[in-house]
Amino acid sequence: MADDVKALSAELAQDPDSLVFLRLGELLRHKGQLDAAHRVALTGLERHPHLADAHDLYARILADKHDFERAFDEWDMTLRIAPDHLGALKGLAFLYFKVGDVPQAAAHLEAAQRVAPDDPGIAQALALAHGGEGGAGPASAPEPLAPSPAAQPLEEARVFAGLEGAEEGLLLLDPAGRVLGGALKDPAGRDVSDAVAAYLAGVSQEAGRTAKLLGLGTWTGLAAEGQHGHVHLTPPTGSALLLVVRERAVPMGRLAIIAQRAAVAARRWLEAQA
Amino acid sequence: MTAAPAGYGRVLDLVTRVRGVRGAMLVAGDDGLVVAEQLMEGIKGPAVAALAASLASRLRRAMEAAGLGAGQFWHLQAEQGALLVVPAPSGVVVVAVAEADVNVGLVRLELLRAAEAVG
Repeated sequence: MADDVKALSAELAQDPDSLVFLRLGELLRHKGQLDAAHRVALTGLERHPHLADAHDLYARILADKHDFERAFDEWDMTLRIAPDHLGALKGLAFLYFKVGDVPQAAAHLEAAQRVAPDDPGIAQALALAHGGEGGAGPASAPEPLAPSPAAQPLEEARVFAGLEGAEEGLLLLDPAGRVLGGALKDPAGRDVSDAVAAYLAGVSQEAGRTAKLLGLGTWTGLAAEGQHGHVHLTPPTGSALLLVVRERAVPMGRLAIIAQRAAVAARRWLEAQA
Repeated sequence: MTAAPAGYGRVLDLVTRVRGVRGAMLVAGDDGLVVAEQLMEGIKGPAVAALAASLASRLRRAMEAAGLGAGQFWHLQAEQGALLVVPAPSGVVVVAVAEADVNVGLVRLELLRAAEAVG
């Protein structure tokens, strides 16, 4: 097996963009070399940030390291990229079991079973969730397995009505990284709203934790300069997140003003929805 | 302030000499560990470093997905202060903790110089 690691490592070194990192990371994980697996998975993710299997691998490693919160984030991300990803559905079911949320665990297992109806492991876990043959499992009755309600339909065009960039550079998100309104396009004109929203899930909480840890009070904004454009994030309410993106020619100070105006519109819209 | 290892001290000095800066750190971007620090007493360097690295990582992914390329500077604004970050080419992240009324433009310039010096 050491030879396998050596061979896969060599293959990856020869072609760093290769997907062989998935096999190498999994092999290292199986061998219990979690730190090495972690490094391989992270490097792979940097090169393939939209690859569902890469997020799934990273999540499994994090779960093995008992970093369940981040594992949850990664499996959640996996499902945003690939909603029928079997590994992520099973992984999230596992995490829901761990925290005692049996209905959610069962719902994810049901979804997994739809993807892989012949998987005996899923059937066994479902039986456990239902307090059936597994015996030792939770005995609570299953919730009706209705699909989780999707985010409310958007009415997104109205959120930022009248504001510059309403349909290409303003995005309103919920804490779980779902788009509430607005839209975002990349420089090539492709709609990247969902992908960017997914990556920003949890940013509001992390920014809040960081500010609190530093004794800085409530966070009010997060501005970032990129090679091809600028970003301004602001929390229009306690939980929602507003993203404003503009090209580099727009100075950061002006971006902050645009963000303030958009935040007022977003706050008003959110209050109207409540 | 707590001391930084020799070699990094001058780099951090570039940042901490700016009025209103309460401290500066070099953080390994991939694992969020502190490489060197010059912080005012009471700032929990390792915890701040871990959160800053995590935030930087999330932002980087989001910006890449948005087609904006690599992040070059970011600024967390809060009621009573700010956290300012510049990634160095090596993957090390230069972090400054500052008062709310700090000259952000000046700190940004010094962070960029520090990142260049770190390489």
